[in-house]
Amino acid sequence: MKLLEYEAKEYFKKYGIPTPEGRMVESPEEAREYVESLGKPVVIKVQLPVGGRGKAGGVKFADSPEEATIVAKQLLGIPIKGLKVEKLYVEEKVDIVNEIYLGVTIDRNRKQHVVLASSEGGMDIEEIAAKTPDKIVRFYVDPVIGLKSYHANFIASKLGYRAGMMRKFATFIASLFSLAVEMDAELTEINPLVEVKDGFLAADARLNVDNNALFRHKELEERLLDSYKGELTEREMEARSKDLTYIELDGNIGIIGNGAGLTMATLDTVMLHGGKAANFLDLGGGATPERIGKAVEFVLSDERTKALFVNVLGGITRCDYTAEGIIEARKKLGINKPIVVRMMGTKEAEGKAILEKNGIETLDSMEEAAEQAVKLAGGKQQ
Amino acid sequence: MTRFIDKNTRVIVQGITGDQGLFHTRLMKNYGTRIVAGVTPGKGGQKAEGVPIYDTIREAQEIHSIDASIIFVPAPFALDAALEAIEAELDPVVVITEGVPVRDSIELVARAKNRGTTIVGPNTPGVIKAGESKMGIMPAQVFKQGKVGIISRSGTLFYEIAAHITRVGLGQSTCIGLGGDPVVGLDYIDMLKWFQEDPETDAVALIGEIGGDAEERAAQFIKEEGFTKPVAAYIAGRAAIPGKRMGHAGAIIQGSTGTAQSKMDALKKAGVFVGELPGQVAQSLREVL
Repeated sequence: MKLLEYEAKEYFKKYGIPTPEGRMVESPEEAREYVESLGKPVVIKVQLPVGGRGKAGGVKFADSPEEATIVAKQLLGIPIKGLKVEKLYVEEKVDIVNEIYLGVTIDRNRKQHVVLASSEGGMDIEEIAAKTPDKIVRFYVDPVIGLKSYHANFIASKLGYRAGMMRKFATFIASLFSLAVEMDAELTEINPLVEVKDGFLAADARLNVDNNALFRHKELEERLLDSYKGELTEREMEARSKDLTYIELDGNIGIIGNGAGLTMATLDTVMLHGGKAANFLDLGGGATPERIGKAVEFVLSDERTKALFVNVLGGITRCDYTAEGIIEARKKLGINKPIVVRMMGTKEAEGKAILEKNGIETLDSMEEAAEQAVKLAGGKQQ
Repeated sequence: MTRFIDKNTRVIVQGITGDQGLFHTRLMKNYGTRIVAGVTPGKGGQKAEGVPIYDTIREAQEIHSIDASIIFVPAPFALDAALEAIEAELDPVVVITEGVPVRDSIELVARAKNRGTTIVGPNTPGVIKAGESKMGIMPAQVFKQGKVGIISRSGTLFYEIAAHITRVGLGQSTCIGLGGDPVVGLDYIDMLKWFQEDPETDAVALIGEIGGDAEERAAQFIKEEGFTKPVAAYIAGRAAIPGKRMGHAGAIIQGSTGTAQSKMDALKKAGVFVGELPGQVAQSLREVL
């Protein structure tokens, strides 16, 4: 779950991470009032779950309440990267001495948290890694020991800070690390982190929380669907609300499988036979006829879908339930798009019997079924 | 890690009274797995599928000799359950549970490493020694005792390829699901090292998918450390699009990292046969065995 800058900064404040003074506003009046009370020049930033907002014109400056009103009017309601701007973050402008980078993420291979820091901030970390790899400090944290203050001192000192500034930066690192662990961050990042005359400030804030950990962060759980805006398409959003694992693609063959690996392999096999999948839908394990029906209905109701290919390898998923779900969904929708089913495993004979009675073709091999699906959808696409 | 599991491995089921725990305890027993006890806090003294239940592993160990654990408890309690098994010196500890937070997996894997415990999973279909014992949720009917070891990140695709291997007249030795999460206990390399020494394995099927670089690392290991048994691979996710999680938490292409093409290229360069279709893995292995 990706938090917006202003949401992330609420957590930053809780963890004692210094940020410039700021407030989220939703109208030009609010912007004016806030700048008036602040009495300083500000930066106004659109709040959207997409990167690159600066280049897209979503970051502007204002020196007075009047100017802030005009800028807010300009920004609110406009589309940036396909998303409507509804929220702005108004923040005091700071005198920057230097822009640096600090982030905490998870290294899959080492199975550890890693702190990334660089004296070259402002551009994204991939760019920093490409341009000045030797300027990135990577510090891997022992999960049993955690990040202690001597580790933070080491990182701060590696970045070239000494004396009071070293201690200040080390405290900053330690606070961000605590936040990363306690908030179950997949990634938290400050870019740029600005060095000012007497310390450091988080000018931007990124916080992506592990969806599997939302049971520990109930206050975020209810905002989950909202946070998908921008990341997911409309159909993907609808699928989430139906609790379906669905990804929209740009072809014309609807795909439903059970298990992520098998469903991916189904897409690949269709592609290899010259077809293009309209979607990825993973039923997961042990789906009921109702759940399967819901999935089939959702995929068939997509106008782009010319044919449906259901691929089920029955372990804890039952082939007879799969068949029942397909038949029910088709009845309910009254759509007669061609359907190819490949099923194998638990209750296979029963499932096939149900489908054949209803005139739906079943095949034993995934490859043959993929070939058939491509044919039924109107032949090769590439 | 001198053995994995076999017909003599005595297993405790943590979370034995949940739907999944009960269902799979029955199937594992039917397959021949020696399930000696179960744990569900608050249900000690009862029985499930004929297996005595205890409140804690420690109490079960006062009565039974236990070697290994399989965990079905819900995600918020999985770390606690796994630490209990690690402390009780059970090995391997197979974590079937899906949806475990990465922070918990990091802690679990680190503590297991310090104790020398093998963790399979989380979010794994488990491990099977074909014809002898299974600690997992895989359908028994697709496996037949033989000489091919399987290492996979996914579940159903693993069964698909196991079925092909059985159909071409080969069979399986030890097969393991590493798990579909970004952080899991075992990597391909750990298992390749184990298969190198396993006298019952003559060849390996390596089943990968998009996300991370575990397959690339496996390829490098095969090439540089000289894995001597034949390997055939399949990588899922060529049709996947970057930035989207394809079902598994770990199956995501980030920037240019984790693509199917990169994994396939790395494996081919290491001399591994890489199938375009899942069935070709079995055909290739039949030719070399």
